[in-house]
Amino acid sequence: MDFTSFLIQILNALQYGLLLFLVASGLTLVFGIMGIINLAHGSFYMIGAYLAFALTSLTGNLMLAIVLGIPLAFGFGALLEKLLFVHLYKRDHLQQVLLTYGLILIFEELRSLTVGDDVHGVAIPDLFSASIALSDNLSYPVYRLVISVVCIALAVGLWWLMQRTRLGMMIRAGSFNREMVQSLGVNIDLLYRTVFALGVALAALAGMLAAPISSVYPGMGGNVLIISFVVVVIGGIGSVWGALVAALLVGFADTFGTILLPELAGLAVYLLMAVVLLWRPEGIFRKG
Amino acid sequence: MVGKDRKLRLAVSALGLGLGMLLAQGAAEAADKVKVGLMLPYTGTYASLGNAITNGFKQYVAEQGGKLGGREVEYFVVDDESDPAKATENANKLVKRDNVDVLVGTVHSGVALAMAKVARDSKTLMIIPNAGADELTGPLCAPNVFRTSFSAWQPANAMGKVVAERGHKNVVTLAWKYSFGEQSVAGFKESFEQAGGKVVKELYLPFPNVEFQPFLTEIANLRPDAVFVFFSGAGAAKFVKDYEAAGLKAGLPLYAPGFLTDGTLEAMGGAGEGVLTTLHYADGLDNAREKSFRSGYVAAYKAQPDVFAVQGYDSAQLLAAGLSGAPAGAFDKEAVMKAMSAATIDSPRGSFTLSKANNPVQDIYLRKVEGGQNKVIGVAAPKLADPARGCKLMN
Repeated sequence: MDFTSFLIQILNALQYGLLLFLVASGLTLVFGIMGIINLAHGSFYMIGAYLAFALTSLTGNLMLAIVLGIPLAFGFGALLEKLLFVHLYKRDHLQQVLLTYGLILIFEELRSLTVGDDVHGVAIPDLFSASIALSDNLSYPVYRLVISVVCIALAVGLWWLMQRTRLGMMIRAGSFNREMVQSLGVNIDLLYRTVFALGVALAALAGMLAAPISSVYPGMGGNVLIISFVVVVIGGIGSVWGALVAALLVGFADTFGTILLPELAGLAVYLLMAVVLLWRPEGIFRKG
Repeated sequence: MVGKDRKLRLAVSALGLGLGMLLAQGAAEAADKVKVGLMLPYTGTYASLGNAITNGFKQYVAEQGGKLGGREVEYFVVDDESDPAKATENANKLVKRDNVDVLVGTVHSGVALAMAKVARDSKTLMIIPNAGADELTGPLCAPNVFRTSFSAWQPANAMGKVVAERGHKNVVTLAWKYSFGEQSVAGFKESFEQAGGKVVKELYLPFPNVEFQPFLTEIANLRPDAVFVFFSGAGAAKFVKDYEAAGLKAGLPLYAPGFLTDGTLEAMGGAGEGVLTTLHYADGLDNAREKSFRSGYVAAYKAQPDVFAVQGYDSAQLLAAGLSGAPAGAFDKEAVMKAMSAATIDSPRGSFTLSKANNPVQDIYLRKVEGGQNKVIGVAAPKLADPARGCKLMN
């Protein structure tokens, strides 16, 4: 591997890691703050991708589809919380797993009934459809760089929201002591509903952004769910920064595992997880 | 008291007699029926393939007036979910509980291998309408196990010759690391290296990963003359798009077994245009059977048929050939098997016969993606037979 190739692989690793962060951030928020194991997170990613497909077919433009899709996903998340998840806060993890696993099956079946089981593509917006030449025979699609920029902006935005705003302060307080925050006059139900809807919207946004490069297809949420849990566990449950660092680590492990240890390529990520958990069983950034 | 007891006995024996007659009638009916067990994926990633195969099968039966070889067809259906862990249990449901005469399935090779084991152990007739694992008509072949689709070896091996003839010397391969991917690469490598080419590197990624970027960088770094890949479904659509977006497609021709571009062209947008693939079926084949099949399928299902529908259709044709060649009355498995082995199937893909290992001996077409279709541009390998290595039936 020459030096140019090496640099390009670093770019690949960063880009993949940032996309993983986008998917995992919603999961870590819901898991860490609300204490809910949400197996349906991958389904929200899938719903986002299919929304992008449907809305792009309708409006002819992915960017417009995303602008329309985010409030739809947010509203859908809030509705689900009001109808279903609100009953889960005081129940144990097994019941959460049962409900959210049931949701996976329901969402997959609904997708099959409404859109069918074919693979569909979503066009990259013309504005970003170009490629940049990296070496004499390899170029890099601009759209991938755009995704990376969006992911970085979201990471900063989430950090700002959680650490620098009153809402973030209430969310953090609520995750430590729900009753105390409530007795201080904060509407904790509304707060939780907002966090859950935000988690759904983040997953759906990840699906919408990834749709043009991954295509939309049955079962697409499953793989994403597993790797998202790996990221959340490595990063420390509930930590947005942890998710970012872990996602980048996973991106590097996967990319360079592929190149340097092709025989063990599928294992690299899980080896990383095992090592991190031996070193810090609570994950890298778990607080308290 | 005595009188009441007698009445009861009379009633019971009358009931028994009635039941006996019902059973006898059932047995007489069963003699004119063939019980077909469809074990296919109706949910999950391969659901559309399972449905296409079922549609094709039922279309042929409907064309024959609902009968195959003069027998009514009775269906027993199981959704195999493409889950190898449930395969043995599902196959046993059909074989032991429903007592089917013939087991038809399936798409996923891992599930098909487990089904074939059940079929061999119970000596049930089996027709495989898709699964391409070489073993099914190789080391694990059996006189009662038939295949109407292909072996992984066939399209890949045909492509090896094509790539060598097109003047490429150094090729990098990339595939999912599971048996079908490895068998495809092996089939390609065998004929390509025989023809003087060299596979400079075999790259694999775990199934079903689709993060191709590191591999594309590695391919650009290795600078081969051409690239041979095995992918299918959504992974195939993503790969071809990524390959074009990485700027590799223009200078580095891409070759693959036809699964890369079957059912995935719409999802690829224009990225698939010009890609050459090999398969036993193509768009724009010019034969009478293809035309009648296609118009019949469109009329019945309001959709265009694909290669999977063809394989389902031919599975029904093969069974019909077997039943027609066997005497009427009770289902004579040996006679049906004999007639099936000797059959020539007039398929929409062009006619084919079966090898001693019961795998199709068929033309493998060279196809080019043009205007969103897999247009046939020639025959890459005429009447290609899988070598069926390790099959005892070959001697």
